[in-house]
Amino acid sequence: MLPSVLVANRGEIARRVIRGCRRLGVRAIAVYSEADAGWPHVADADEAVLIGPPAARESYLDFERVLGAARTTGARAVHPGYGFLSENWRFAKACEEAGLVWIGPPWRVIQQMGDKVAARRRMREAGVPVVPGSEGALDSLEAAGEVGERIGYPLMLKAAAGGGGIGMVRVADAAALPAAWASAQRRAQAAFGSGALFVERYVTEPRHIEVQVFGDTGGQVVHLHERECSIQRRHQKLVEESPAPAVDPDVKARLVDAAVRGARAVGYVNAGTMEFIVQGREAYFLEMNTRLQVEHPVTEEVTGLDLVEWQLRVASGEPLPLPQEKIVQRGAALECRIYAEDPAKNFMPSPGVIGRLALPAGPGVRLETGVAEGVQVSVHYDPLLAKVVTRGDTREEAIARMQAALDGFVVEGVRTVIPFHQRVLASAAFRAGRVHTQMVEQGGFNA
Amino acid sequence: MPEEVKAHITGVVFQITSKAGDHLAAGDPVVVLESMKMEIPVEAPRAGVVREIKVAEGQTVQEGDTIAVID
Repeated sequence: MLPSVLVANRGEIARRVIRGCRRLGVRAIAVYSEADAGWPHVADADEAVLIGPPAARESYLDFERVLGAARTTGARAVHPGYGFLSENWRFAKACEEAGLVWIGPPWRVIQQMGDKVAARRRMREAGVPVVPGSEGALDSLEAAGEVGERIGYPLMLKAAAGGGGIGMVRVADAAALPAAWASAQRRAQAAFGSGALFVERYVTEPRHIEVQVFGDTGGQVVHLHERECSIQRRHQKLVEESPAPAVDPDVKARLVDAAVRGARAVGYVNAGTMEFIVQGREAYFLEMNTRLQVEHPVTEEVTGLDLVEWQLRVASGEPLPLPQEKIVQRGAALECRIYAEDPAKNFMPSPGVIGRLALPAGPGVRLETGVAEGVQVSVHYDPLLAKVVTRGDTREEAIARMQAALDGFVVEGVRTVIPFHQRVLASAAFRAGRVHTQMVEQGGFNA
Repeated sequence: MPEEVKAHITGVVFQITSKAGDHLAAGDPVVVLESMKMEIPVEAPRAGVVREIKVAEGQTVQEGDTIAVID
């Protein structure tokens, strides 16, 4: 087992990884910015290193400062968490060159899956269904028009180098294409330094269903079943669950099969997620996240497995702890992300100082919390404060436990999305499993 | 009548998208703030000409701070 791990992240995910290290007797080293000196992840670690000012690009995103902290503390490995440097192949490569073990897939896999056009092509070659669209990045408006004729409207223009929904433009019909093309190209250039675009069919009201996969250095790849993550705003997830409700077993079987096939095709190692959009019986590959996901606890709750432990074991060169047939999905689990955002003001950020904080507890209730009373929730970082995860023998039981848990969750000093979650959980559509990714923006859960 | 354009959230000035002398329509972005990984435009409350931008890129502003003045 690795003797020590530098956790290149903050907040709840840093604490989650540190806890996983502790369980295996691995020394956990935190890094922190000046804004985070009083945060719990710093206190949790065996050792903590100040790496710079509050702005992420001068601290958590700065290669040299993070690598410098690894050097001075003698860390053997780096766990990137999610966000920040987790999907930056150059950083993964820099870790490798510095003699550090990267707790994630090989940097070439991150690079390949980070290029959305290359990933799409690679997946199609591996027999994974992809959304109908252009074969690769397009060099002209005329080429986009030809693809539009072939696949039909509405369609989406996406940045080849993009992700997270940034720079995507929906095109209603052929007449709207020229203006949309110019706008998407400008945005892609500004956001990613490349104006390369590709075209995909716009799938109306799809569900977002993803499959957790895991690979080891011996070439074994397994899946840990699916997660439904359709409740989103601005392409960011708010509620996740496993199993996905009201999905035909045949559709699920095809999803997990495609996920494993795709991961195997790229030589995937460690934890990853294959994301799909699903509409009725159609399922298409969306993208692969080459890291641990925010919502990994719902998978842990239905499988009884510790994904951080698996990550550390695989990064140490051990084989996957279990074969596919021993990885069983039992009961149901649900996660609500508690963001410092105001749902009454279109999910505007709500920074501030955490006043009183009362966390729910009880059977089947799990909290992943990054904050504590008195900490400043700053404008510099993601607004995720905590994740509430509930489990039940049935989905109904997990939902009931979530409703009770959210009733008992008190956070003062910032606004949170808890009232929004309460409306989702009470809604007939959610309870029936009739969800899609556009519901929140359509006002489906408005007060 | 000059009118102050105020920040509606706390954030860091990400981009200044207008300059003194620009003619803006109501709803045009004056500056873009970044807060908690979101880019949020501060929009002109009405049509007018920018008299002064009172912030610099990278500066932290509090909710209610004056961002610009338009005539």
